[in-house]
Amino acid sequence: MDLLVGQLLTGLSTGSILLLAALGLSLTFGQMGVVNMAHGEFIMAGCYTAYVVQQVVGDAGVSLLIALPIGFLVGGAMGLVLEALLLRRLYHRPLDTLLVTFGVGLVLQQAARDVFGAPAVNVSVPEALRGGVDLLGTTVPRTRLFIMALAVLAVTAVALVLRFTPAGRRIRAVTGNRDLAETAGISSRRVDAATFFIGSGLAGVAGVALTLIGSTSPTTGQSYLVDAFLVVVAGGLGRIKGAVVAAVALGALQAVFETYSTASLAKVGVFVVIVVFLQLRPQGLFTLRTRSLA
Amino acid sequence: MPLRPTPEVRGLARALAASAALAGLLATAACGARAGEETVATESCVDTSGDTVKVGSLNSLSGTMAISETTVRDAIALAVAEVNAAGGVQGKQIEIVAEDGASEPTVFAEKAEKLIREDCVAAVFGGWTSASRKAMLPVFEDNDSLLYYPVQYEGLEASENIFYTGATTNQQIIPALDYLAETGVESLYLVGSDYVFPRTANAIINAYAEAHGIEVLGEDYVTLGSTEFSTIVNQVKSADADAVFNTLNGDSNVAFFREYANVGLTAADMPVMSVSIAEEEVGGIGVENIEGQLAAWNYYQTVESPANTAFVEAFKAEYGAERVTSDPMEAAYNSVHLWAATVEKAGSFAVADVQAAADGVSFDSPEGTVVIDGDNHHVTKTARIGEIAADGLLYTVWESDGPIEPDPFLEGYDWAADLAVTE
Repeated sequence: MDLLVGQLLTGLSTGSILLLAALGLSLTFGQMGVVNMAHGEFIMAGCYTAYVVQQVVGDAGVSLLIALPIGFLVGGAMGLVLEALLLRRLYHRPLDTLLVTFGVGLVLQQAARDVFGAPAVNVSVPEALRGGVDLLGTTVPRTRLFIMALAVLAVTAVALVLRFTPAGRRIRAVTGNRDLAETAGISSRRVDAATFFIGSGLAGVAGVALTLIGSTSPTTGQSYLVDAFLVVVAGGLGRIKGAVVAAVALGALQAVFETYSTASLAKVGVFVVIVVFLQLRPQGLFTLRTRSLA
Repeated sequence: MPLRPTPEVRGLARALAASAALAGLLATAACGARAGEETVATESCVDTSGDTVKVGSLNSLSGTMAISETTVRDAIALAVAEVNAAGGVQGKQIEIVAEDGASEPTVFAEKAEKLIREDCVAAVFGGWTSASRKAMLPVFEDNDSLLYYPVQYEGLEASENIFYTGATTNQQIIPALDYLAETGVESLYLVGSDYVFPRTANAIINAYAEAHGIEVLGEDYVTLGSTEFSTIVNQVKSADADAVFNTLNGDSNVAFFREYANVGLTAADMPVMSVSIAEEEVGGIGVENIEGQLAAWNYYQTVESPANTAFVEAFKAEYGAERVTSDPMEAAYNSVHLWAATVEKAGSFAVADVQAAADGVSFDSPEGTVVIDGDNHHVTKTARIGEIAADGLLYTVWESDGPIEPDPFLEGYDWAADLAVTE
């Protein structure tokens, strides 16, 4: 029983990492329908932002706090540029978007390699976040508690923005029915740009936070990309709460499977469960009910 | 060895890779057939009439393996420059033809064929992953040419056309186990990436453990590039083994060691023995996360010998003071000197003459004297256990009594009898 509780806690922490990586994607892919294969590279850009800020500032704790908002801006700016230069011309051409963003991802990886070198760089963890806390018979590293808190904060912020701000209302309107929103006088172009900015910015934030637990190298983003897509697809397109539930469920599933087999087998198990689940419920956990005819 | 810094390319990438791999497979199958037909017609085109003789340097200069393999390329170039400065081989200056293996086994095979047939090189130096070596092996055998492979690997192989200058398992993994047993380790937890090298290594470790009364409390594999270690580290912690044997590769090490340190595990209460972490990797992991942990290799930058002092000084002078030297680089450096010495002894560049003369050829290398074994084409190597220090370098804490004879099929170990058969 203790082990199970411990594993569920581990699942929660794994889930919060998945969620952080997937939250931005649930906006850009879920709400806008853009398959952004470069999302992982935006996360990677966030990782390197944390590295650069730490090189400049020095103190690991202060630099982490500064790097989080800067990471948001860096990721967001990259997203804006990508949207304005390429994606805007490719809406309604999902396959082309997929290939183009995949290419952009490779270019960004190589750029990182040229600027920072191919070997992984080290981002130091602040003194306050080293070590772990004993909870329910298992040790949870402080870095993971920090990431859990950050994930909760980020989800809350996104939910509040979507629900209560005029910009959020416009985003929801365009997601619900693009044509109708346009007839109501909403500039869907500007809304798209704003959505992409926020989604990509969240990838940057995720990148900064993930330096606490993972490596920072040009290919870092790749390791989070598939998991992020899985979370969004399993959760249901366009639903933040779907992403939350799916991330935690996948994290817990992985953790429980791992207890009884090896990590790589557990991964296979999770994939199988997702495939079966999507066969039964192709629309994911939660669906967006709209009156859109499309 | 296999794939150090390899992240997993996933999703679409995986689909693309699968189709590319399939295409590559078909292409190699086709080439293989062609090469097979022409085997009879293959005559060495190596030209030794001029003042120079060409050798190939085949390393991944692009792709995920570039991080590691470019360092090997640099070491090969340094050794060639040294041989040339000393008058060359048989009075001829060596000229390097460099090719990019692009981290793709099929590209390695293609470029090897090109080096042998079009550039007419006398020998090729390079390769890193076991996959690249396995892909090149038939090319060198069909064309009856020579490959010098500089990386520690999983053993169980011996080709007439390959000289293995890195460690085989009895020169790295078994000494590491001996060391752990000597220090009183009675239980182990095995953690590795999920592919051929860790799986083979762990099969050997399990057999060793059974024969020596060591208990293996757990064996876990993660997909290459995985960064999720909370469950594994918690299991390692609750298993409370005396030590962990780590065959993880690349980026996974970063996540693993951070998690390890964060749950309060230290080198003092549960040391981790790693076989894929050298000087270059320590920086990316962060010294504070890995200080005091152990590694098993044959060479460290800090090895004290006149030959090593000269090697490190020459390397830094050529490539910059911030660069470090590592085990695979040293093995690659040795391979060039060993080839040159063998050619001098044979008095000929011909493959058959080099093969016949190879037995007993030695070189006073940075790690100590290495001697080629003419039967299995491996070299004798001194095993060293290193401890990672605060300056990011590894310092020898234990070394074998002199160089260990290579035994790629573990024939000298009774407990390993079943392993060689099953492979």
